[in-house]
Order: sequence, then C-alpha cells, then structure tokens
Amino acid sequence: MSTATTPVRRPADAVLRISEEEALSAAIVGDEADMAALESDTADVSSAASDTADVSSARSNTADVSSARSDTADEPMLINMGPQHPSTHGVLRIAMELQGETVLRSKPIIGYLHTGMEKTAEDLTYLQGPTNVTRMDYASPLFNELVFSLAVEDLLGTEIPPRATWIRMLMCELNRMSSHLLFLATNGMDLGAVGMMLYGWREREEILRFFESVTGLRMNHNYIRPGGVAADLPDGWQSDVEHILAVLPDRLEQFDTLMTGQPIWRDRTQGVGVITADEAIAMSATGPLLRSTGEAWDLRRTMPYLAYDEVEFDVVVGAYGDTFDRYAIRLNEIRESMRIVSQCLDMMPKGPYRTEDRKVTPPPRARIDESMEALIHHFKIFTEGFRVPPGETYVAVESPRGELGCYLVSDGGPKPQRVHIRAPSFVNLQCLPHLMYGGLIADAIAVISSVDPIMGEVDR
Amino acid sequence: MADGAADIDDVAPEGASTDQPMMYGVPCTDERGQPVIYPSREEYLDVLAMAAADGFEFCVDLCGVDALTNRSRVVPDGVEPERFEVVVNLLDLRGRRRLRVRTQVPADDPQVPSAVGLFPGTEAPEREAADLFGISFSDHPDPSRILMPPDWVGHPLRKDYAIGAIPVQFKAVEGR
Repeated sequence: MSTATTPVRRPADAVLRISEEEALSAAIVGDEADMAALESDTADVSSAASDTADVSSARSNTADVSSARSDTADEPMLINMGPQHPSTHGVLRIAMELQGETVLRSKPIIGYLHTGMEKTAEDLTYLQGPTNVTRMDYASPLFNELVFSLAVEDLLGTEIPPRATWIRMLMCELNRMSSHLLFLATNGMDLGAVGMMLYGWREREEILRFFESVTGLRMNHNYIRPGGVAADLPDGWQSDVEHILAVLPDRLEQFDTLMTGQPIWRDRTQGVGVITADEAIAMSATGPLLRSTGEAWDLRRTMPYLAYDEVEFDVVVGAYGDTFDRYAIRLNEIRESMRIVSQCLDMMPKGPYRTEDRKVTPPPRARIDESMEALIHHFKIFTEGFRVPPGETYVAVESPRGELGCYLVSDGGPKPQRVHIRAPSFVNLQCLPHLMYGGLIADAIAVISSVDPIMGEVDR
Repeated sequence: MADGAADIDDVAPEGASTDQPMMYGVPCTDERGQPVIYPSREEYLDVLAMAAADGFEFCVDLCGVDALTNRSRVVPDGVEPERFEVVVNLLDLRGRRRLRVRTQVPADDPQVPSAVGLFPGTEAPEREAADLFGISFSDHPDPSRILMPPDWVGHPLRKDYAIGAIPVQFKAVEGR
C-alpha cells in the first residue's frame, strides 16, 4: 500500500472545537486568542502540504498550501457553510475556519433532520418497523428494511425461503445501482458537470420504475419485511430487469466519456481529500471511503449474508484514497451490481416469497374467507404484532455508503426495546474535517460530495 | 463467527473455577454466534485496549441502551445490571470476527470514560449517546449535543422521556 509511509495525523487535529452558538454568532473571528491558537497550527498546515505533495508528485494536483498561506495576510475567518447550501446534500452545516481560500479546521454540525426515528421505532411493532427505518437512508431504502428484517429474523430464529433471499438480493443490488447513479448525478452537479445530473437521474428513473412495479412505490418501499418480502415479483419482471441491464452499459460508457477521461474532472478530483487506510480504520469509515484506500473490505465478500457467497462479483478498491477513487469505485460498483443482478435473473429459485411460519406470516387470503380462526390470526398479527424472544443482536449489511448495522434489543414483547441503526453516513461524516484540512473551498465541495452523505440517515 | 466462538475458550484463564466463560478477564457470553463481553466501567477502557491489541482495531459502533422497562434482560453472573448500558461493536478486519462490549452504567452516575483516544471514530457515536441518553463520556474532546438543539432539555431516548411531549396548537383555517 502506497499510503503506509505517510504518518497518521490524529484526525482530532482537523476538528474545530466550538459550540454551535459560537459558530452561529461568530461570522468572522480574528481576535488575538484565535490567532495565537492558529499560529500553532501553522506547522500542521505545512506538514499537511507535504503530505499532499507526496500525492501530487504521484498524481499531478493540489495547490501548494504553505505558499498560499504565507502569501496572504488575511486573518482566519470562521464561515458557516450550509445548512441551506446546494452542495451539502440536504441540511449539513459545516463551520469552517478559512485562511483565504484554504480550509483549516472545520466541524460538521448536524441534527437539522433529526426526527427521533429510533424513539419512534420503540413504539412500532416489528411488522411496522420497516416503514420507519426505510425513511432513514432514503436513497437506498431497501437496505434499511433488509438490515432491520435480518435483525428481527435473527432474534426470531426464522429461516426465510430461498426465493425471498434471492428477491432481496436482486432488489438490493438494483437499489445499490440506483443509489450510486444518484451519487454520480449529484457528484457531477457539485463539480460543475451539470449535464451529468440529468443523465444520472434519468438512469436512476429506470430502476425506480421497476421498483414501483414490484413494490408499488418508488421510494420508502416497505417491501422487505421480517419473514420475507411483501409480495412476489410481478409477471414479466425478467424482461424489465433485462431492459435495465441492456440499457445501462452504454450509458455507463457515456459517463466514462463525460467524466472519467476528462482532464478537468481529473484535476478536480485526483489528489483531493486524501485519506489513508490507517486513518480510515481509526475513524471507523466504511464503504467506498474505506475501499478507496485500498482496503478490500466489503461485507458482501468478507462476512457474507443473504446468498452473496453463491454469486460472482469483484470488490472494487482504490489505491490513493482520494475523491477520484471514491468516484471510480462507485461507478464500477454499478457494473459489479449488474453482474449480480444478471446472476439473480438466472438463479432465481421458485417457491414461497415469505416464510410459512404462521407466527410471523398471516394466513393466506383464501383461508381468511373460510376460517374465523384465520381471520382472528390475521387481525392479531396486524394489530398486536408478533412477539420476538428476548435477546439482543447486531446485524450488518453493506449498504452503498458502508456498513449499515442494526442493534436490536427485545424484551419478549411485540415491540422492540431498542432499535439502533448504525448509519454509515453518520460515522463517515466524521472524516470530513480530516479530508478537507488544508484544501481549498472548491475542494471541500468535492470532498463532501465524495463522502456521499444522506442526511436522513445521518440525523435519523 | 465460528472463530469468535472458539476464541472464548482460548482466552479463558486457566484457574477459573466457575462455569462462566471469560474473555479478556471479564465475563463473556455467546449471543447467536457473536461473543459479548461485560466489563465494568473501571475495566472498560483496558478491555477495549486489550481487544484492539488482539485485532479488534475497528470500532464499528457505539450506542446507549436504557433498560428501565426491560424486565427480561439477562446478564451473566458477576455482572451487576444497571439502568443504562453502553454497547460497543468491534470488528477484526483480518480475522473477520465481531465482538460486542456491553458496559453497565448506573442511573445515578451515568458516566463512562471516553474511548476517543483509542478509537477516534467513536467521537460522533459517543456524542450521540450523550445527547440522547444523558450518559456523559469523561475526557470527550467535544461533549456538545449532536442531534438535538444545544438548548434542549432532557434526553429523548430515555424510557422515561414521553413521546409527544410537545403540545402543538392547531388553528382553524380562515373562511371555512
């Protein structure tokens, strides 16, 4: 790994330690105490510059931070970026300490979208749970449903039928594609390739149209539920999926032409927001952020769930840990997901799409018409809910943004005691100050975009 | 997962006479294939450091749990159940195994040493637990609220924090 020689800068050095009120009141800060504090940072900045110089010698880029600093007599300013900034992907606010155009320390301030979903989850039955968690990461809702359902099934000890497993895998991989397409669209837009926004949304729409035909909704599907999935795949689903698989490769080629090979795109992304494997692991970063450093950690491969050990795919890794690598990883993960989807097409087993365990699954519709007991049974499951044995479990899946985990505690009742979602965006966001340190404001936009935070998941 | 289960026996001290399996010198149970250890607050940081040295270098997650209304919680012998728990999920990237660390935190003194020095990635999760449960992490570099507004009173994920406590006044629509 080329990054092994660079020293680990303690990520805390890059974090601005101010309270939210201070950040609000101080639009511009330049008093004596701050200056004195900043003087001590100067050494850090020049060392950061030498860090990036290693990269820029390997891949030409990066403004010379130390010279930019010494040339300017400007006092450092404290600037709030967001929460209503188009490139912050929702309502992310970052208090930034700026020296001219150079970002020094910074602090992400979050919580604007906090609606207490983990508290809400404690008041919903296990069958209602997916409707709640699906609204967290709204760009990849099926993964939230999946991780919650897997956690509930783990506590229940329920086996789900193979068809349900493969439907889940098919839908999740399509969701990964749509999520990454959304990333390509917004990443392009953030960096000035506005046309990319239209193309990314257009391709994503193909997949959302398929989701609508399967689940009835384009987003927030409530499709994957404890015990299986809500409904079987509709007639003709194969041709719909084949259509997506037929259309996308050409479009991805176009993206390559539009962005990957473009010198402007490369200049904006290469060597920007560099993180090493050691730093990423220390900061608990997962997903493309971790893989961009060369660390081949993908839960689908390293700790397989569903039937990922039965399909062939490659784990895409980067080498430099920069913004370009994170872009390239996501672009190529779409291709890998297409491989998995086409294998799902061929290997989709027949059989029930949800477990036959009557404890979890209501009786079939026909039985309800002829049996009073079946009607009561159905009523009980949907009003009172089913009881889950006491215990606790942690289940994790590889979402498009990293490790999405669910820590579930049950006390034996029909509602969970505690539902904690380990949101990859929330944890990955901690890396932002570290990634932006010593870079330009324009690079900060590229860095925020490359972390691909979904604020619904960050704030929950 | 099987590796993790095997480890429990490996690390158990030779002289342990009780049936209680031990790992890193603290009680350990096996929850559906994942080892769970129960250090006290005093042992917490030492155990995390031992686990990190043993390969669990990746702190995936840290969260608080309020067991106020949980009557069916089970903790192994030798662990005094308290109202709050801090649950840490560790990951061994090379060995591909997980470890869960559950630390009991009493309600009258909800304080735990911060693990940020060991795992910088726990900074935001610790702030979240402090914000939503009122568990304070001593020596945390930035013990401010993270999800709730800074002037918020109370800790919403506590079990005695009621849902819908804020009254909302609905007004009639003019001209109807």
